[in-house]
Amino acid sequence: MTEIAFDPAAPLTPTGNLRRRRAFSRLAQYGATGAALFAVAVLGIVVYSVVSKGASALSLDFLLKGEPVGIGPALAGTAEIVAIATLIATPLGVLIALYLTEFGKGRIAGPIKLTLDLMNGLPSIIIGLFVFGLIVEATHGQSAFAAAVALAIIMLPIVARGTQEVLALVPASMREAAEALGVSRWRTVLTVILPSALGGILTSTVLAVARAAGETAPLILLDSVYDGGRVSLNPFEAVPNIPTTIFRLSEEANPEGFARAWGAGFILLAFIMATSISARIVLARRREGAR
Amino acid sequence: MSTAVDPAPVPRIRIPGRPSTNRRRSLDRLGDAALYGVCALAALIAMAVLLVIGYQIVHGASPAISKFGLGFVTSTEWQPTFGVFGAGTVLFGTVVSSFFALMIGAPVAISIGLYLSLLAPRGLRVFISPLVEMLAAIPSVILGFWGLIVLAPFVQGQVEPWLHDRFGFIPLFGAPQTTGSSIFTASLILTIMIVPIVASISRDLFLAVPLDVQDGASALGATRWEVVRGVVLPSTASGVIAASLLGLGRALGEAIAVAQVIGAGERIKASLFETGDTLAARIANQFPGAITEMHRASLFYLGAILLVIGVVSNLAAQWVGRRFGYQRLVTR
Repeated sequence: MTEIAFDPAAPLTPTGNLRRRRAFSRLAQYGATGAALFAVAVLGIVVYSVVSKGASALSLDFLLKGEPVGIGPALAGTAEIVAIATLIATPLGVLIALYLTEFGKGRIAGPIKLTLDLMNGLPSIIIGLFVFGLIVEATHGQSAFAAAVALAIIMLPIVARGTQEVLALVPASMREAAEALGVSRWRTVLTVILPSALGGILTSTVLAVARAAGETAPLILLDSVYDGGRVSLNPFEAVPNIPTTIFRLSEEANPEGFARAWGAGFILLAFIMATSISARIVLARRREGAR
Repeated sequence: MSTAVDPAPVPRIRIPGRPSTNRRRSLDRLGDAALYGVCALAALIAMAVLLVIGYQIVHGASPAISKFGLGFVTSTEWQPTFGVFGAGTVLFGTVVSSFFALMIGAPVAISIGLYLSLLAPRGLRVFISPLVEMLAAIPSVILGFWGLIVLAPFVQGQVEPWLHDRFGFIPLFGAPQTTGSSIFTASLILTIMIVPIVASISRDLFLAVPLDVQDGASALGATRWEVVRGVVLPSTASGVIAASLLGLGRALGEAIAVAQVIGAGERIKASLFETGDTLAARIANQFPGAITEMHRASLFYLGAILLVIGVVSNLAAQWVGRRFGYQRLVTR
């Protein structure tokens, strides 16, 4: 092998092994970029399908009238179920978060956090089975209330964890100031800590609502046998709702039903996207502000 | 900490219209106790609910448990009209569909995480990150419906023949069926569901890798890929595994979207392009129509198996995450 003379004028270009490594690195970068584009493309395709096929089904009659024309009663029913679920989940979630941030230094905090994590990871169909055994079997019938309890169990960990995060963001100086003034713990919580965390509590509740509104699996077991033709809001009987309507229509091979399912899906998706995007924007702003 | 510290006696100043200090102090003591009590009660309710869920599922399954015993788990017979039940087929379908979803989804999701944390220009990142997370916000019933109407015909007409022509010698890629409802389609839908979860967690993990270590590797002449391979991935491996386990747990438990596209098959078949069924999907499909007590109890038994699998995968994710110090994996 001859000795390569050092040539200061030679261009600084990679050769041999380095060129191969560079090429591989570039390939990996393209791959990662491609994966991200792919995910965005899938989102685009799904949303485009729902919008293009759902928008044509929309009309005032579709929104207001009952089956077989529209989904009015189902809209009302879903709103009712989600509202009851929110009324159950939000206070409980906030209290649990308070416990974790204000009192939970002890041995019991770990198990509570674990409980929330496990609850968050539970398949929603399991929660449906549980509430079926707990309420539907005991009352001998499906009901909006049973569905709301199931959705509340799904929402609870989201509200609790979200609230806990914003409670932790309340500046320690505010707490200390209250303590220095001799304000008792419960007054501090009610008049200082909760008010300053209120926005965060609201956003995490909204995120939980966005998650719960589309949950279908528990409703299949708890609130699926109803008359979709008329508005019914009695929480102790089954009420029409959007997710089970879409599911039922998708199981029937009927083009007209498919059109209505796309329409209902469009409404549901629009609601969920609007709520979760706005909640995320607010959340992102707050995090930026806290830094 | 405590507000009950009593310093040296302070001269009492009585403000008219205000309760006396004594009364206020006892009110405060009462308020503190009440607040503590209510908060602790809420926490206890949450823990109790979790325990009662376990009890209720097992209780509902008890007729089937006492009749079929553990043999239920492996038996592949499921004939409601004859009162014969076994979880073998759906267990197979669950494991296979989730496994393939993770096989496709995890690499894609980790790549997305890498792109979002290390490659994307900042302007693009704040735009793409929420879009990827939006994918997780699509309700499963809509995704499943889309899978049934849009994805399944495409898979059946394009993807399956292509795979069959090239890899048909592997029994997994058998002949395409008449409809696109198959374990394969279900896996693709599950992939769409787990990618955003794993991607957003791994993005956060990669963002937390100290920059100076990465810069050190670059300064030693490592290419971008070598920085990822040599520094970023090894230091976050356990977190990425935990994220994948969380995604797996999600895939195992998904009922609705799978029920819509998997075709409710009754047999175990080698080909991915045949219909199948999963634990959760079978419960969703058959529970409303289950009339006999044993049928219902058997579906509860499926639920119990699902509960065990779900809790184990979740605990494993928590354990890996905690063990290696990623506290903030959970809940998103």
